[in-house]
Amino acid sequence: MSRDVPRLAQNHEGAQRLPVASNSKFKPQRRRGRKEHTEKRTKPLSCLCVLCASAVNRASTKGPFESGWDRLFWRLGSLLIIAYALLPLAWILSLSLKPAADLGDRRFIPARISLEHYRAIFSDAQFPAALWNSIGIAAIATLLSVLLAMLAAYAIVRLRFRGRELILGAALAIAMFPPIAVIGPIFELWRHLGLYDTWLGLILPYMTFTLPLAIWILAAFFREIPWDLEQAARVDGATPLQAFRHVIVPLAAPGVVTAAILVFIFAWNDFLFAAALTSTNDARTVPAAIAFFTGSSRFELPTGAIAAASVVVTLPVTLLVLIFQERIVAGLTAGAVKG
Amino acid sequence: MSKATGPPDRRAGTNLGTHLGTRAEERLAWLLCMPAVLAMLLVTAYPILYALWLSLFRYDLRFPDERVFVGLANYASVLTSEVWWQAVLNTLIITVGSVSLELILGMLLALVMHRVLFLRRTLRASVLIPYAIITVVAALAWKFAFDPVTGFVNPWLGLDRAWLGERWSAFLVIILTEVWKTTPFMALLLLAGLTLVPKDLLDAARVDGANAWQRFFRVTLPVMRPALLVALLFRTLDAVRIFDTVFVQTRGAQDTETLSIVGYHTLVTRLNLGLGSAVSVLIFLVVLAIAILFVRGFGLRLSRGGQT
Repeated sequence: MSRDVPRLAQNHEGAQRLPVASNSKFKPQRRRGRKEHTEKRTKPLSCLCVLCASAVNRASTKGPFESGWDRLFWRLGSLLIIAYALLPLAWILSLSLKPAADLGDRRFIPARISLEHYRAIFSDAQFPAALWNSIGIAAIATLLSVLLAMLAAYAIVRLRFRGRELILGAALAIAMFPPIAVIGPIFELWRHLGLYDTWLGLILPYMTFTLPLAIWILAAFFREIPWDLEQAARVDGATPLQAFRHVIVPLAAPGVVTAAILVFIFAWNDFLFAAALTSTNDARTVPAAIAFFTGSSRFELPTGAIAAASVVVTLPVTLLVLIFQERIVAGLTAGAVKG
Repeated sequence: MSKATGPPDRRAGTNLGTHLGTRAEERLAWLLCMPAVLAMLLVTAYPILYALWLSLFRYDLRFPDERVFVGLANYASVLTSEVWWQAVLNTLIITVGSVSLELILGMLLALVMHRVLFLRRTLRASVLIPYAIITVVAALAWKFAFDPVTGFVNPWLGLDRAWLGERWSAFLVIILTEVWKTTPFMALLLLAGLTLVPKDLLDAARVDGANAWQRFFRVTLPVMRPALLVALLFRTLDAVRIFDTVFVQTRGAQDTETLSIVGYHTLVTRLNLGLGSAVSVLIFLVVLAIAILFVRGFGLRLSRGGQT
């Protein structure tokens, strides 16, 4: 960021731009404005730049920041993308609210609204059991995965040992591993060990298949922690525990939360293991329950019930994503892009 | 990406290391990594070796006592069966179709997200929603949408088709679902790459008279190459493993069986553990081959990834 300031002056347009930036009445040049919005760049620069950025921000929300057509094009593009992203969600919500008689009306917007499908799935034994299984299994798998990954990531970042590369490489290999390749042996093994159709039988694969993601994310976040602060706190008279609790934990928390969310989404989403390793309400999770759902009577189309169940399991995760969107983006890119 | 750059991790390790001594440090490190390593070995390495072993037997769980060593016969019957090659072709169609569409759409999406200020947060949030939705739910939503009885797609297009009742239109629906679900992931990875393109470079190109297309293809894309390749690798491997969407939408009917569906049916539906394990091992090899192709062929440097 700091190199931006000299460049302003060098740039052939810089001369007219410099005074403008501090005055929001004038519209800054588009190129300058766009740069400020690449977010990443807010790091070490002084308040001058923050001021500039906020001025640009304010100006850009109204002024002729881009030519009319240009702006219309990008705005339409954004609206189109938002509509496209939300379309299936709106559709499944619409289906879930249609009374059974209207399910075949092929309308996108329901003509009448009824909550009968929601009542139906919650009065049935199958869905509440599946919901409970999903929540419990995903939560425990997340807890274990993040815990193990924290230990490993700490060692990888802070300790010198042979095999560090090996562990990161192995984690990467497992991230690419096709789960279908181990379904058969695990199926056989679990039947012998009595883990078939149990919570533990799903928690173990979920924990393992999310470990790579968790280790990579946590290692990436831990690397950014100024660990020397812990030492400094000790010098200032803090006990090791205090130093850890008041210095390290708050610094590490964002990474841990990020890893936990992504791991949870993985476990919540999985269908293959759930379909292959469970058979009853004892451990069958929501994705498998929905996919194999047949309806309470065979004359009734289960579409409405499936839609209602889908909405129920989608809403909490959507909320989670909306609340933690920045973290998720950071985590996805930290976990996957390394180059 | 920016998270991983920065000085290599030595800066952090030193002061702890000097307190502990090298041997003790090494022991502590392995102690901390051990639970994760053990779990990973238990659920992946051991089963894949076990699968390798099982694939050498005729072993049907419905007749568990008739387990016979047959050598490579299972592989021979898989590799000579039409079902396997059909599945290879189907997987290829879905992979190429969805990954190439995702790449184009994801790039457009990344460019829009990189540029626009209008509804920026809403845009980012809504783009994450497909990522967060359970694949089974997304597959069902699209299935119902294209369904001739319940769906809105036919009336909107003025058609009357059973989309999932025919092979090619079924592929279309499957690919559409996959693209919808995973483009955000692609877009976010590409966006991360896009923010790394130095503005100076683009400005210089502009001053030199390069137009927008030239700037994109000659400057932006080459700089983004690593991010692009990683995104492609992950999405390709994901697409090759495709299971949920196909299972929910067609269960492999209309000749849409993919590799994972064949594996699942052999193992779980027909309980043929010997033959199914051979299928598993072969799928593993296919995935391995693709990963090696990317790493070797495109010069993607992943193994050093931890610290760039």
